[in-house]
Amino acid sequence: MKEEDRREGKNPIENLLRMDRIPHIWCPGCGIGVVVTSFAEALRKSEIDLDKTAIISGIGCTGRVAGYVKLDSIHTTHGRAVPVATGLKLANPELKVVVFSGDGDIAGIGGNHFIHAARRNMDLVIICVNNFNYAMTGGQVAATTPISANASTAPFGNFEYPFNLPYLAEASGATYVARWTALHLRRVTKSVQEALGRRGFSFIEVITPCVTLYARRNRLGDGLNLLKYYYEKSEIQHGADTKTLDISYQGKLIVGKFVDKDKPTFLDCMNEHLGKVLGDKYEPYGGNHD
Amino acid sequence: MTEIRFSGFGGQGIIRCGLIAGKALSLFDNKQATMTQSFGPEARGSACSSQLVVSDDRVLYPYISAPEILVSMSQEAYDKYEPELREDGLLLIDKDLVKPKPPRGKIKSYSIPSTRFAEELGNRIIANLVMLGFFTAITRVVSPEAMKKALPGLVPERFLELNKKAFDKGYEYGKKILAEEKKPKTSKQKVKK
Amino acid sequence: MKKVKADPKGVLTGAHYLDGDHALAEGALAAGCRFFAGYPITPSTETAERFAERIPKVGGVFIQMEDELASIAALIGAAWGGKKVMTVTSGPGFSLMMENIGLACMLETPLVIANVQRGGPSTGLPTLTGQQDMMQVKWGSHGDYEIIALSPDSPQECFDLCIEAFNLSEIYRVPSFVMTDECVGHMHEKVVIPPAEEIELVERKWYKGPKDKYLPFKPDEDMIPFMVKVGDGYHFHVTGLTHDERGYPVINAECQNVCVPHLVDKINMNADKIIKLEEDETDNAEIIVISYGITSRVTTRAVRKARKAGIKVGTIRLITVWPFPEKRIKELAKKIKAFVVPEINYGQVVYEVERCAFGQAPAIRVPHCGGWVHDPEDIFKAIKEASK
Ligand SMILES: Cc1ncc(C[n+]2csc(CCOP(=O)(O)OP(=O)(O)O)c2C)c(N)n1
Ligand code: SF4
Ligand SMILES: [Mg+2]
Repeated sequence: MKEEDRREGKNPIENLLRMDRIPHIWCPGCGIGVVVTSFAEALRKSEIDLDKTAIISGIGCTGRVAGYVKLDSIHTTHGRAVPVATGLKLANPELKVVVFSGDGDIAGIGGNHFIHAARRNMDLVIICVNNFNYAMTGGQVAATTPISANASTAPFGNFEYPFNLPYLAEASGATYVARWTALHLRRVTKSVQEALGRRGFSFIEVITPCVTLYARRNRLGDGLNLLKYYYEKSEIQHGADTKTLDISYQGKLIVGKFVDKDKPTFLDCMNEHLGKVLGDKYEPYGGNHD
Repeated sequence: MTEIRFSGFGGQGIIRCGLIAGKALSLFDNKQATMTQSFGPEARGSACSSQLVVSDDRVLYPYISAPEILVSMSQEAYDKYEPELREDGLLLIDKDLVKPKPPRGKIKSYSIPSTRFAEELGNRIIANLVMLGFFTAITRVVSPEAMKKALPGLVPERFLELNKKAFDKGYEYGKKILAEEKKPKTSKQKVKK
Repeated sequence: MKKVKADPKGVLTGAHYLDGDHALAEGALAAGCRFFAGYPITPSTETAERFAERIPKVGGVFIQMEDELASIAALIGAAWGGKKVMTVTSGPGFSLMMENIGLACMLETPLVIANVQRGGPSTGLPTLTGQQDMMQVKWGSHGDYEIIALSPDSPQECFDLCIEAFNLSEIYRVPSFVMTDECVGHMHEKVVIPPAEEIELVERKWYKGPKDKYLPFKPDEDMIPFMVKVGDGYHFHVTGLTHDERGYPVINAECQNVCVPHLVDKINMNADKIIKLEEDETDNAEIIVISYGITSRVTTRAVRKARKAGIKVGTIRLITVWPFPEKRIKELAKKIKAFVVPEINYGQVVYEVERCAFGQAPAIRVPHCGGWVHDPEDIFKAIKEASK
């Protein structure tokens, strides 16, 4: 898309989404669309070249995002969006690569890729829609389901300790970590903008209602109510110690930007190190030479 | 077709022996040489070995079945591999490290204090090159020129000269033994003690 | 199909003494592979090590991923980022790759996977040979699709066929496999690497038309769709879901009945062009021994003995194992007494031979569960038995 178009304030949704694929598959009242709107808004506002921005997702309700955003987009397999994104980024370092992922995708089946990409400070933006369950498959328990919350495979309530994703991300090496609820529209947009504007592994968790499954099963009301509920239950604590960010069932949600620091990325380290060790023999790696 | 086994214990450069000889034969002596080595549990412990099948035409079966030539640089390797040596084979051993059994069949046996020579040259690590020189002289399977040409890339560059020296030492020693052998004297014993 | 010469930067011209694993890496570098993602596994690790050593001096990326799931995923990403890409693995890692091999097929992504086979199942024989993944490579991922698999019989062929695998994967936009084994992977032999100008490569089938007209899965006349890379401004979408030409998911039987046949037909209908065989004395043969990879070398010994014994034996070496030379087998089956199929597994390709022979000639298996190559004597006995 041309720069002017973006500036002229045309309806951003039309230019940034694949309108030929609307209506989308999400349930009425699902929070994923809200997050996508905030994301699209960030794309619209940011200065980055959208031709050089790609979106990768795995499988799940959230995984479908890649199919609706009008960027180069790859819809991969369950859990593997991060390594696909890693390959893409390394093949073509001038790209901004965004991973849009469900909580199951990123922290369940794809957990290993997640921590390793964070460890490498791979230059990726990860947006995780945390709806506390495996929605696409019918509301099963996830690695993020709060204790006592009900899920189709935890019919008597969940008794496993859930992940505290910001803590996991930071401990693994992420250099930007934020959490919001879906209704923090402008905050999400701002975080995405910040993440797009920086280098390194950025992780943004967005607490999002799944009306059809998680909310219904736990009798938490309809979509808008739950969006509001999460919003109201949240408390902004920028810079909070990520250790303290556990989420209890329907409890307080600490949100904010927790980590934002500079650290050389995987490619920085590779070029630095190999350049130093190999000297002239090293062929610096940077771009996509076809 | 010739089947060769180099054997010894880990750290002696036994795999290197196979690589150097294989490379020399294949790249500089116009032969076809397939080198294999033992991996895994079999390669653990102390007996270590590399095998070469040498032929004028393409090597089909890549492994050795009954070698004509056995080089042993440790007692354990000798004990393990000697029984498979052909009745008319050649046995090359490190004099100080292997106590051979009484000769079997028509096996010809030659020995060299390769580790001692290497120590005299300044580093026991090049005992394998002394042995390779000896091997080259005695077996005449491969030319000494080819062997030396094969060294770059397979021994550390800064030790290239030392390795060549070690090779020469073993080669000369082998030549000497063959020359002595030609002098028709006491005919019965081949093992030089 | 646009042919280009290899970039001299990646080509280590000259005669070398290499094992198959190292030769694979050199073949890939000569073929222009500039992205390698892998996870260590015996007996394939040497290929990864060689890449790690060589690629910084050639200009490219080596990354050791957290597992094989990630390795194949990274390949898909990097291929869509415009690179020629490769990974190498063995049994357990190959099993982990299966799901995304399907994704690569579905996205029609060119990439090369080498499997240095070891004895299985499970952890099996990490350091010893096998040819037991020959059916897995064809059928291992779920659903219907076709791939291309080549089987080298020497380090030299590891080099040559790796280049061939890259070319085929580009021509057909399909994952291509070099199905070697521990024996060839770890065996050292002379490998001659030609000058770069003598190495012919196939360039990716890049789309050059107007941006808004690009359809990632619209077959061209040769059945193969054009490709673009991420970052070129096409804003395209690809998905592992059943999709139309635009790459948009369409979840119904009609679309499935276009999408899947395309994946299968583009290989099967070009099988004659893809398949490479080496035939010897098949014309007047009574018995034909079919083998591939290291087993074909061992077979030759047995065949020579059988010929000396007066048996009319021909041989077929499958350089391409998949797609399978169905037509040729069918033709020969009418004329001969039997096929003999030694392979280092309990019987895999032999059943494909049996299928193609349509009951005209039996296909006799000479199984070997792995850990070593056949004793040529066992193959000889099978030939003799079959000739009675
Ligand atoms: C290998 C594999 N296992 C299981 C599935 C089935 N599956 C599809 S989506 C999904 C869970 C998705 O949960 P999450 O990532 O949280 O996304 P959500 O649907 O909640 O947005 C599962 C288990 C699959 N597609 N692939
Ligand atoms: S199932 Fe839940 S997460 Fe999925 S679309 Fe419906 S509301 Fe959204
Ligand atoms: Mg979820």
